[in-house]
Amino acid sequence: MTSDLLRVRDLKVSFATDGGTAQVLDHVNLTIGRGQIVGLVGESGCGKTTLARSILGVLPKNSARLEAGTIEFDGVDLLRVDPNRLAATVRGRRISFIPQDPFSSFNPVFTIGAQIMDLMKWKSPELDDADAGRSGWLPRLHGSRRYKADRERVLDLLRQVQLPDPEGVLKKYPHEVSGGQRQRLMIAMALLPEPKLIIADEPTTALDVTIQAQILKLLRDLATDHGISVLFTTHDLGTAWEICDSITVMYAGQEMEAASSEGFFKRPSHPYTNRLLKSLPSRGGSLSGIPGSIPALVDPPTGCRFNPRCEFATDICRQTRPEVTSAGPGHDVRCYHPVAEEKRHALA
Amino acid sequence: MKLLVLILNRLFWFVPTVLGLIVITFTISHIIPADPVAFVAGDNATAEQIEELRRQLGLDQPMHIQLWRYIVAVLEGDFGVSLYTLRPISEDLASRLPATLELTFVSVFVSALIGIPLGVVSALKRNSLLDHVLRIITVSGLAIASFWLAILFQLLFAMELGWTPLQGRVAGWGPDVITGFFLIDSLIMGDLETFWDVVSHMILPVMTLAFPALATIVRFTRAGVLEAINSNYVMYEEAMGMPRRVIVWKYVLRNALIGTVTQIGLIFGILIAGAVVVEAVFDWPGLGSYAVQSILQSDYNAIMGFTVVSGVIFIVVNLTVDVVHGFIDPRESR
Repeated sequence: MTSDLLRVRDLKVSFATDGGTAQVLDHVNLTIGRGQIVGLVGESGCGKTTLARSILGVLPKNSARLEAGTIEFDGVDLLRVDPNRLAATVRGRRISFIPQDPFSSFNPVFTIGAQIMDLMKWKSPELDDADAGRSGWLPRLHGSRRYKADRERVLDLLRQVQLPDPEGVLKKYPHEVSGGQRQRLMIAMALLPEPKLIIADEPTTALDVTIQAQILKLLRDLATDHGISVLFTTHDLGTAWEICDSITVMYAGQEMEAASSEGFFKRPSHPYTNRLLKSLPSRGGSLSGIPGSIPALVDPPTGCRFNPRCEFATDICRQTRPEVTSAGPGHDVRCYHPVAEEKRHALA
Repeated sequence: MKLLVLILNRLFWFVPTVLGLIVITFTISHIIPADPVAFVAGDNATAEQIEELRRQLGLDQPMHIQLWRYIVAVLEGDFGVSLYTLRPISEDLASRLPATLELTFVSVFVSALIGIPLGVVSALKRNSLLDHVLRIITVSGLAIASFWLAILFQLLFAMELGWTPLQGRVAGWGPDVITGFFLIDSLIMGDLETFWDVVSHMILPVMTLAFPALATIVRFTRAGVLEAINSNYVMYEEAMGMPRRVIVWKYVLRNALIGTVTQIGLIFGILIAGAVVVEAVFDWPGLGSYAVQSILQSDYNAIMGFTVVSGVIFIVVNLTVDVVHGFIDPRESR
């Protein structure tokens, strides 16, 4: 068994689109250590969500194609596990999920209580793997001891995510509670199976800024308390800085750099990362963007996909994609011309 | 709580809707150019006899007086007498209503029972062979005229194969009338032989009526399931590893049924209209064949009676659908 909880290696995923096949993930690597909160940072459309959904095994069936690679979770390649077994024993049990939009991710026609209790029925941490795919079919009376125990556990979780009036919330329908409360509920549901990994796909984008901070702190504290690893996708570097232990940055379907939070912000090594940090607004400084625009994934540039916009690009950058090289302890970069120490754009 | 408000609100609108229905029905049947009195009096009647009859029937009064009298009478349950048989129309309607309702209810039940699962499967296996076959069937269900289909069924199943009776509601007199629904009456009497006879008589008319209804239900369920299955909440439920069967038959179906239930309400109206033709073909002693008879005899009191009663049924069904809707979709009622 490796010490890392999750190792994604050489993952290649393409999507069939009207304009041709889009190479959405191009041999991507990602590592998540045990108990670590890893930020997956990148612009919209860079493949963050696709990577998250690949790990969960819920890529759109009709259009997405997983072409190569391994997703090793706790020493087992998830891509080689039988899909039914994956659904019964991994998804919602060892890996759970916090969606981007808490408004549309609840089923509108069932009470919150009905949805959480259903999840409990199938994903209770007390079930063992052999029962996990079956137990839910047994009819269960609302007065039964099992039901009451499950309900107590759910109420306890709702208190942990600091929801006011947990009993009342269970009787409500999703449209009757606020966005912040819904996202607290989503966090509670993600914690419910006592997973090893939570995949949080931009969990705060749909919320007000004031609520974002509360939710982030809550997620961070609970994950740390329970020793759960989190993969946290975001396009907001500030958010990543606040809660992540380490950061992997993606650009146009390729990961560019992976480092500890501190290493990432203080010693950015990839030209893209440097430009990215430089483009953060600072007091008194002028706003600077990155010239050019993100490439179309149907016909991406060969080699390093950042090469058309990179000031250091040479011929080799346009021919083959650089291998992973080390830029320090726990600091990986994929670049032929990493930015030298003195030229780096470090954040103070 | 809000559900109660919804029900009261719909009940409140029930009254003006029914009044409007009566007024419109009355007006239409009184501006038609035919003179029913002359028709009733017969070819050999003198002008004085016709005028006398007109006075007896109250048709010499101004229109608004006639309308007022009609409304008052209808609200008391009196639709006047048939110009042809001179029997009270309310009695005729009351004895025929259960036959039509039984046919309609069974048809809706059968089409929902078959149509909803087919719609779900068709959506899950989108663009498969099954989906295409179902599409052909549903399009033909909507396109084929029911009188033609009825005759075709009769030719094939009754005449050629001899599997079912040709027409009628029951062989012989039928069970003692308790509710007027033969299926229920024969069961209450414990008379299984009659029960199966009634069932065999229902097969062809139900098939005829259920076919277009089935088509509508399949199409709407399919659309509803497709919409739900591509939603974020289904993605979430899958990401959390809920079993596929629970997601489809519980979470998705409940959402998809919101549209289907509305359609079932509309289907009721279409089926009652369709019953006019189908009952005539199958000699089914219901409201439909009564309406056909009355129209052929220019018995406009009876036509008005039929129109008002089927209108009220339609309104009641829609009221029920609104309430059921409130139950299925909490956003509606809370």
